[in-house]
Amino acid sequence: MILCWLLFVPFIGGLLCWQLESRHAPSQVPRWIALLTMLVVVALALWLWVTGDYSLAGGAVGNAPNWAQEFRLPWIDRFGISFHLAIDGLSLIMITLTGFLGVLAVVCSWREITNRIGFFHLNLLWIIGGVVGVFLAIDLFLFFFFWEMMLVPMYFLIALWGHSGSKGNTRIGAAMKFFIYTQASGLLMLVSILGLVFAHYSQTGVFTFDYVVLRDTPLTGAIAYVLMLGFFIAFAVKLPVVPLHGWLPDAHAQAPTAGSVDLAGILLKTAAYGMLRFAIPLFPEASAQFAPVAMALGLIGIYYGALLAFSQTDVKRLIACSSISHMGFVLIGIYSGTLLALQGVIAQMVAHAFSAAGLFIISGQIYERIHTRNMREMGGLFGRMGALPGFALVFVMASLGMPGTGNFIGEFLILFGAFDTVPWVVVLASGGLVMAAIYSLVLMHRVYWGTPKSEALLGGLDPREYSMMLLLLVLTLWVGLFPNTVLDISQTAMTEVTDWFAVAPLPTR
Amino acid sequence: MTQFSTHLLALAPLAILCATIVTVMLSIAVRRHHFTAATMTVIGLNAALLSLLGVLQVTPIQVTPLFIIDDFSLLFGAIVLVASLACTTLAHAYLETLPDRREEFYILLLCSAGGALALIASRHFASLFIGLELLSVPLYGMVAYAYRDRISLEAGLKYMVLSGAASAFLLFGMALLYAASGSLEYAGLIDGLANGGAHQSWVLIGTGMMIIALAFKLSLVPFHLWTPDVYEGAPGPVSAFLATVSKVAVFALLLRFFTLAAPATHDWLLTLMGVIAFASMLIGNLLALRQRNVKRLLGYSSIAHLGYLLTAIVAGGELGTEAVGVYLATYVATTLGAFGVVTLVSSPYSGTDAGALHHYRGLFWRRPYLAAVFTVMMLSLAGIPMTAGFLGKFYVIAVSVESGLWWLAGSIVAGSAIGLYYYLRMMVILFLDEPGESRRDAVSGWGQQSGGIMVLLLAAGVAVFGIYPQPLIALVNAAGMAGG
Repeated sequence: MILCWLLFVPFIGGLLCWQLESRHAPSQVPRWIALLTMLVVVALALWLWVTGDYSLAGGAVGNAPNWAQEFRLPWIDRFGISFHLAIDGLSLIMITLTGFLGVLAVVCSWREITNRIGFFHLNLLWIIGGVVGVFLAIDLFLFFFFWEMMLVPMYFLIALWGHSGSKGNTRIGAAMKFFIYTQASGLLMLVSILGLVFAHYSQTGVFTFDYVVLRDTPLTGAIAYVLMLGFFIAFAVKLPVVPLHGWLPDAHAQAPTAGSVDLAGILLKTAAYGMLRFAIPLFPEASAQFAPVAMALGLIGIYYGALLAFSQTDVKRLIACSSISHMGFVLIGIYSGTLLALQGVIAQMVAHAFSAAGLFIISGQIYERIHTRNMREMGGLFGRMGALPGFALVFVMASLGMPGTGNFIGEFLILFGAFDTVPWVVVLASGGLVMAAIYSLVLMHRVYWGTPKSEALLGGLDPREYSMMLLLLVLTLWVGLFPNTVLDISQTAMTEVTDWFAVAPLPTR
Repeated sequence: MTQFSTHLLALAPLAILCATIVTVMLSIAVRRHHFTAATMTVIGLNAALLSLLGVLQVTPIQVTPLFIIDDFSLLFGAIVLVASLACTTLAHAYLETLPDRREEFYILLLCSAGGALALIASRHFASLFIGLELLSVPLYGMVAYAYRDRISLEAGLKYMVLSGAASAFLLFGMALLYAASGSLEYAGLIDGLANGGAHQSWVLIGTGMMIIALAFKLSLVPFHLWTPDVYEGAPGPVSAFLATVSKVAVFALLLRFFTLAAPATHDWLLTLMGVIAFASMLIGNLLALRQRNVKRLLGYSSIAHLGYLLTAIVAGGELGTEAVGVYLATYVATTLGAFGVVTLVSSPYSGTDAGALHHYRGLFWRRPYLAAVFTVMMLSLAGIPMTAGFLGKFYVIAVSVESGLWWLAGSIVAGSAIGLYYYLRMMVILFLDEPGESRRDAVSGWGQQSGGIMVLLLAAGVAVFGIYPQPLIALVNAAGMAGG
């Protein structure tokens, strides 16, 4: 039942924000409701974290799923669709992350969003609700339902509260691009889901969308491969993997800060989650066959993303492109299939969510002060903005994978774990770390050092901003210094994924 | 109950409609009164709808060689009657200020609805033709009802000429099929062909001509050219009627024809239908991209939607029939809602309807609930989860995947992706507030009018069935088609 609360609290909170604003506008009430809602979500997630048992002891190896909690209601009997929620270590980490970033998204838009506050928070909370749904649903129909549902509020967030860029880059165009990319690829996934369901139906005569049942559907090579591609493309667009990344820089550049935080922090992670939860366990052989291609795409992503990041002049676009590069590591980690690398993927996702959120919030705060995101018009901000550049330095260092931060743990574990199976990919990927250092330092240099454009002091951090930054800083360092807090929780779930991969040994040896 | 009274009961909905037509006509002859005419129409339609419950006791039953009343025809009959009711409520608010005779509109509407009922229950070429003409001929008058407005008149004439040509095709096709088989009943075609052994090509040509005529009514590519003009020119409630009642009736007929008459399931014809569906999805969506007028946009979108729907007929089978039922139910609710909002914004009548996109700019901040309804309808047309439109899209994709029509499944995905662009653009305009453009608003008390309540109910229905569709699926599943 607690899973239902986790899911419905954001939706209810969102509606409250909208309705209460129309009564006494303009007011701060929606902000407080939204904050409260997100705190409830975090509290519920932490409660599950503390009370649940996610250790290896509870789990059998192989096919038996071991959910910490499960909730099931019949929904559409005609097709055997049920409202089936379940949580294990992997989903719990993702949901807690969603909760934290949701709080930050509400707090960081406290000053930035000044019109239609209630409607803004409706959208913000519904995104969170949709994402929580994605992480909880284990009925494929329900999963798809939330997967598509969260796009609509995100679209509104970018289209209505975004920044209209220059050069014909409008916020509506960016929102549209985001929506069409993800929705079209999502429909491909729907076709794949249905293909899988009908394959199961023709073998057993039972309609079901249940993940656990469908996992055991035996499929012949070619069909499995095609269906797997449907899933992979949907997730690859969201991750994003390089040929399908076109929407990301635009969406980030035009989105309000809260939108960017949600996009980079949690929406991208739904894709990695989808691969770990669905694409690999549903089609283990086909995924193993596809692994070399996926890892090659990951490599391309690492380098291409870094190159793109290096050539940007807009701070937010730079951070967005660096996400492409970081997600390349995640892709390699997922498809290398060793436990160590998969644990690295988890650490990398969590750490990247914190560092990217930190950088996006900082660029939002800079924008509030000097009203530009163009790096050519910045420079020499160090010492003119209070503690802000200091925090920026930490997150930039985290982004380039400095030991002590979570990002280092993630990248190190991915590379170390994958070396066993795919040494050459790892050798090539390591070069990407150098690129990361280059674009990160360039960011630091162009914005904070260099010749100042003016000597005027800009406003420092107020307590709200300071506490946001401090929270993110502590979390980044915590993941870097005590990664086992997270990794212990995900251990069982990742072992399961490894078991699925073990069904078909990698052909790349 | 004697056989005669059973048959009479089976035809009760149609009989009630006809009685209502006569009553409204007589009442106009005695005294013209807009409200009375509209009220009588609503009562008649509701009575017909209620009588469907009584008919449920005797189905399936064949009444004369012309009609078969089964659960299938009751379901689609109910959809037609509900849609007609919705159009009547919209028309009442819309026509209030029409500087002309308003009452005859309801007679035309009732005639057309009666034709739709006859068409849905037909199992014979004679009832097919009579039903189709009874459905179409009053529509000429309805489309051109605001004839002082030039584009309304033009739309009416255009529809009449092209519709006449389509009827000619239909008759020619029927004649060829009769010549080849010696039977006018759909089911009799097979036996006639088996005995007579006429040349296969005549059958194909005959069926092909009938498909052309029906494709014209359904505005499928390449017979779609009239659609945007007529949708734009017709008064709002009439566009709604055209997009729902006329489409539902003709599609139900097409489905029955394809299920009962075996020559229609010839492989070559199915491929042809597949190509038509494919072209409708892509061309309908592509042409909609450049539209600046909401009614034209909805016209093109209906071309694409009928293309999606045709996939279900190409795939066939039980799941195909079910998909048609679910898709049409959700599509009718969505289209009525969308045209309903357009009509409410344009009501009461004051010249050309509020069609241009800029009329809707920032509507959300002036009429939040009306704009919310329109947003739901756009999302439903785009097939986003949490709306009923998603259920329809889910069904057609499921049907095409089940029967291995991957190319059609692919084109549904591609068509939806293209369609998103204009649905989203339409939707976001509601939320953009930029001063300086001419605007039109619904009257401030729109929520208390019958049309407004109807639109709100539709939005609630679209949302509820989008989240919990089981009752709708069960209903459609129960409405099987009777053989012969």
